[in-house]
Amino acid sequence: MQQIIYFFIRNKNFLLFLFLFAISLFFTIQSHTYHSGKFVTSANFLTGGIYSFESSISDYFGLEKQNLKLVEENKRLRTQLSQLTENVTAKVEDSIFLNSRFRFRTAKVINNTYSKSKNYLTLNRGAIDSISIDMGVISPKGIIGIVNATSENYATVLSILNTESQINARLKKSNHFGSLVWNTKDPNVAQLIDIPRLAPVVIGDTVVTGGRSTIFPEGVLIGTIKDYNLEEGSNYYDLDIELFNDMTNLRHVYVIENLDAEEILELENAVDDVEQ
Amino acid sequence: MLNNDFFINTVRFIALVLLQILLLNNINFMGYINPYAYITFILVFPLNANKSLLIFLAFLLGLTIDMFMDSGGVHAAACSFIAYIRPWILKFSFGVSYEHNTIRIGKTSMAQRFSYVGVMVLLHHFILFSLEIFSLEHILLIVKSTLFSGIFTILIVLGLIILFSRKN
Repeated sequence: MQQIIYFFIRNKNFLLFLFLFAISLFFTIQSHTYHSGKFVTSANFLTGGIYSFESSISDYFGLEKQNLKLVEENKRLRTQLSQLTENVTAKVEDSIFLNSRFRFRTAKVINNTYSKSKNYLTLNRGAIDSISIDMGVISPKGIIGIVNATSENYATVLSILNTESQINARLKKSNHFGSLVWNTKDPNVAQLIDIPRLAPVVIGDTVVTGGRSTIFPEGVLIGTIKDYNLEEGSNYYDLDIELFNDMTNLRHVYVIENLDAEEILELENAVDDVEQ
Repeated sequence: MLNNDFFINTVRFIALVLLQILLLNNINFMGYINPYAYITFILVFPLNANKSLLIFLAFLLGLTIDMFMDSGGVHAAACSFIAYIRPWILKFSFGVSYEHNTIRIGKTSMAQRFSYVGVMVLLHHFILFSLEIFSLEHILLIVKSTLFSGIFTILIVLGLIILFSRKN
C-alpha cells in the first residue's frame, strides 16, 4: 500500500499530465463527431460576450462593404418582387407564396474562422431568439452552414468550410444531385462529389441546394463550377465549386427555420421503425 | 513576493488570451497562417514554481483558447504536453544551471533562448495541428502548418520576451 502511495507521489506530475491530456483528447474526439452535446463551444456567456464586444468595434471597418452587399441583395429581391407581382396578377392566386414553409431570422456573425480544417462561426442569436440546432444559415449571396450548438444568447454554426460538413446540392440546370464537401485547401472553393457521369457538366454552371434535407429550402445559391475531374473507371464526377460567398468576409446572415421539419422527421422515423 | 507572482501571472494569463483571440487569430497571413503566441505564458512561467501547478494552468489556458476557437480540446492537449516536458527542454537548452535558480529567461544568451523557445513552440504546434487535422493522410499539411505557424510564433514570442523582460 505504501509503495503504491509512493508511486503516486513520485509520478504525480506525469499522472496529472496523463489525466489532463486524456480529458483534452476526449473533448477533441467529441468535437469531431457532429453535434453531440458539446461542453467546449464559443456559444457561452463569456466567449460570446467578448466576441460581441470585438464585433461591435470591428463592424465599423466593414460597414461600406456590408452596405454594398445589402444594397445588391435589395436590388435582386426587388427585381424578383416585381416579376412576382406580375405573375400573381396574371395567374390570379398562388397560395405557395403566402404560407411559406420557411421562416427567416436575421443574425450577425460575431466570430468567423476559415483558416483551419474544421471551421465554425458564432452568431449573436441563441435559444432565446428561437434558434435551435439543425437550422440552416445563409447570407445574401448563398449558403454558409448549419447551426450545431446554441446557448441562451449565442449559437455556433458548422461552416461549409468544415471537413465534417456534407450538404445536399444539385446542378441548377439538370437536377443531378451530389454532396457538397470541403478539402481544406481554399476557403473560396468547395467540392461537389458523387455527381453521376451522365450529368451534363459545364464550367460556369450554377450549383444550388437540393432541397432533399429539411434544413435548406430548395434552390439556395452555392456557387459555380470551376473545374471538374472524372477519374478513369469512376462513375462520378468530382467538381470544384467556386463559392458565391466570400467566406472570409461575413456579417449579416439569415437563419432558416423549416416549420415542417419536425413533422417530416417524425414521419420518416415512423417509417424507419416499421421497417425494422 | 508570492502575491506579486500570483498577480503578475493572472494578468499575463488574461492579457495573452485576449491578445490571441482578438488580434492574433485574425491575422490569417497568406490565408491560413496564424501565430499562437499565448503559449508565452507557459514559457516564462517562473522556472522554480510548482510543476503540477504549471501543468494544470497550461491545461486551463489551452481550454480557454479552445472555447473561443471551437476547436474541442486540441489547444488544451498541446499546452499540457509542453508544460509537462518543460523541465527537460529547460535542461536541454540551458544546461543544469537552471536547476539552481540562477537564470532568468530575459537574461540568457540569444542562442540558448532561441533553442528553448523554438523546441517548445514546434512541439506545441506539431501536437496542435496533428490533433486538429487528425488524419495521417494530411501529414504534409500538418508539417507545413507547424513550420509556417511555428516560425511566426517564435518571432512573436521572442519579441514579447524582449519587450517585457525586466531590466535590472
